[in-house]
Amino acid sequence: MARSSTQRQTRVGPATPPARRAGALDVDALLDDPKTGIIVCCGSGGVGKTTTSAALALRAAERGRKVVVLTIDPARRLAQSMGIAELDNTPRPVSGVQGDGSLDAMMLDMKRTFDEVVIAQASPEKAKQILANPFYIALSSSFAGTQEYMAMEKLGQLHRDSREAGTYDLIVVDTPPSRSALDFLDAPERLSSFLDGKFVRLMMAPAKGPAKLMTAGFSLITNALTRILGAQFLKDLQTFVTALDTVFGGFRQRAQLTYSLLKADGTAFLVVAAPEPDALREAEYFVERLSEDGMPLAGLVINRASPEPAGALSADEAMTAAERLRQQDAGSLTAGLLRLHGDRVRMVQREGMLRDRFATAHPQVATVVVPALAGDVHDLDGLRTVGTLLSQG
Amino acid sequence: MGLPCRYAAPVSDWAKVRLHVVSGKGGTGKSTVASALALALAGRGKNVLLCEVEGRQGIARMFDVDPLPYVERRLTTGLPDEDGGRGVVHALHIDAESALLEYLSMYYRLGRAGKALDRFGVIEFATTIAPGVRDVLLTGKVYEAVERNSRNKGAITYDHVVLDAPPTGRICQFLNVSNELAGLAKVGPIKAQSDTMMTLFRSPRTAVHLVTVLEEMPVQETIDGIAELRANRLPVGGVIVNLVRPQDLTADDLAAARTGGLDQAAIEKDLSAGGLAVTPTLVDDLVAEAADHAERRALEDSQRALVAQLDVPSYELPRIAGGIDIGGLYELAAHLRAQGMA
Repeated sequence: MARSSTQRQTRVGPATPPARRAGALDVDALLDDPKTGIIVCCGSGGVGKTTTSAALALRAAERGRKVVVLTIDPARRLAQSMGIAELDNTPRPVSGVQGDGSLDAMMLDMKRTFDEVVIAQASPEKAKQILANPFYIALSSSFAGTQEYMAMEKLGQLHRDSREAGTYDLIVVDTPPSRSALDFLDAPERLSSFLDGKFVRLMMAPAKGPAKLMTAGFSLITNALTRILGAQFLKDLQTFVTALDTVFGGFRQRAQLTYSLLKADGTAFLVVAAPEPDALREAEYFVERLSEDGMPLAGLVINRASPEPAGALSADEAMTAAERLRQQDAGSLTAGLLRLHGDRVRMVQREGMLRDRFATAHPQVATVVVPALAGDVHDLDGLRTVGTLLSQG
Repeated sequence: MGLPCRYAAPVSDWAKVRLHVVSGKGGTGKSTVASALALALAGRGKNVLLCEVEGRQGIARMFDVDPLPYVERRLTTGLPDEDGGRGVVHALHIDAESALLEYLSMYYRLGRAGKALDRFGVIEFATTIAPGVRDVLLTGKVYEAVERNSRNKGAITYDHVVLDAPPTGRICQFLNVSNELAGLAKVGPIKAQSDTMMTLFRSPRTAVHLVTVLEEMPVQETIDGIAELRANRLPVGGVIVNLVRPQDLTADDLAAARTGGLDQAAIEKDLSAGGLAVTPTLVDDLVAEAADHAERRALEDSQRALVAQLDVPSYELPRIAGGIDIGGLYELAAHLRAQGMA
């Protein structure tokens, strides 16, 4: 390493101040920036992604933007209060939004989105054949990854439509709680690797061209599969693969368009987490993966932070005093209060340490911490409160 | 909250259950509870297998061991009985690809065809893309571990298998294997085997436990999950309420804290007696914290009442302020055993 006499560090080791950190995330600046066209909220399950997305969308709308929020699986009461309890895969205006902006909301219907793509891409006859195939039915309703893929498909559609008609200037997307963190980035790739796979190519043309050479091996396989799965299985699979291939060119092209849309400047990713080791580990994975793919990461939202204790009394002092009081009176109210205080201090210290470690490893990530609310959010007022907390950091 | 004074409950609520499936909403602590349950079940002379299927390696992290392979590894010893006896907990990380290869070698002598399957990408196809097949392979291995037969020579026989399962939203689909395959494989050995698996999953030897926390959405999801399990004729186990706030205040004190009725003068006197230097704001701060705590406790109580109406046994685990380490898992295991879950 080159040494610079002017910038030589006088001290190394644990006492060295940490690298410069990005600090607090300015949520309002992000929402107000007309260049922000898409906000994608990602993170592991149970960290409040849906609520965060809805709160951001409402705040942006009430600050004058024309917003649509695409949610995946909102809590029933929240969905009802936003008027999207019915799945119809179309954005519906949310009533009760204040100010000049507007807010539409929709809940993703994965199967319907998939069906619509097939119908749009294939001839009516072909589409009918695909929609009735048992493999398609299973793929479109249960395949892990379909939901992610369809969320991205729907985002692409909304974006195209709003470009043409000028309906929205900001799209907020909630992502499915994927098992592997970035399934939604990989889904198009996985779908194409599936359709380009050797097996599938063989299924489509077992007796043509170069594949003919392999038919001996192939019949070995089909025999084995027939033994295990039954003959109908292979027949259905073959029909499915052949039919889907005709519409797949369109699929891949659209997937690539959506992918480049995500990478574009108008997009901002927000990673949502809770101050727990698992959630932060997932968040770390998201941050790394987004940077690797060159995706525009705007920052980290840490939800559900424990409320700060009041005053300067340390956990140890509180616990010692509580113990002393409890020896005199086992049911002492004051001892209970002190123990609660000690517990709260310890929780907050632990969360602070976890956040700090994250910040040390990823100093470039701007962060906002949102304290845990006492109750759940199920109306616009609740979302407004969350929005205010998000903007205050 | 200290350890419960009694380690062993007289009889477990689930004495007949061999397969414990632990599900729950994301973020409620499913893996923690599954691990604690495995420790609690591993009393004297018992062999317990703890499985995970989501590829997260959560068990390895929690027990601070190397990532788990597709091999049953001895993980640790269970929570001791009253007289100090303890069993062994093994762990297994099930991935679909290994499960398929093992299945094929165990049930079919495919010879060249077996190799060809791999060469033509069938294994990859079946495990990553083919819908439903993945779940069948994962549950199939779990089934094999519960119903060990002579095909798996020299394998350990387990008294209990604990599965760290997919979340509530996916659990019925995951266990309902014959349904997933129904449209795809209508005949053949796979179909027959999935029917046999369903017989175990629907029998009283299986229990699907749901983990929740005392918040509105997770409790609602638990209520919905139980209804869905019942509709699918899958056996509903217990509800484990995780991350319960400390219970240091009595109901009367909580009520007083909510309404601002705590006796501040008495508290101030106590604080001095406890050896603290009472600053002007200390009493106010503690009282304000108590009011906030009391509000959250009241919300917890309203959710607890909903859990109580569910007509299934429920168990409570405390929130551990310092986070969960191995010692914490044993502490939670002791709570589960004391409450009769194991």
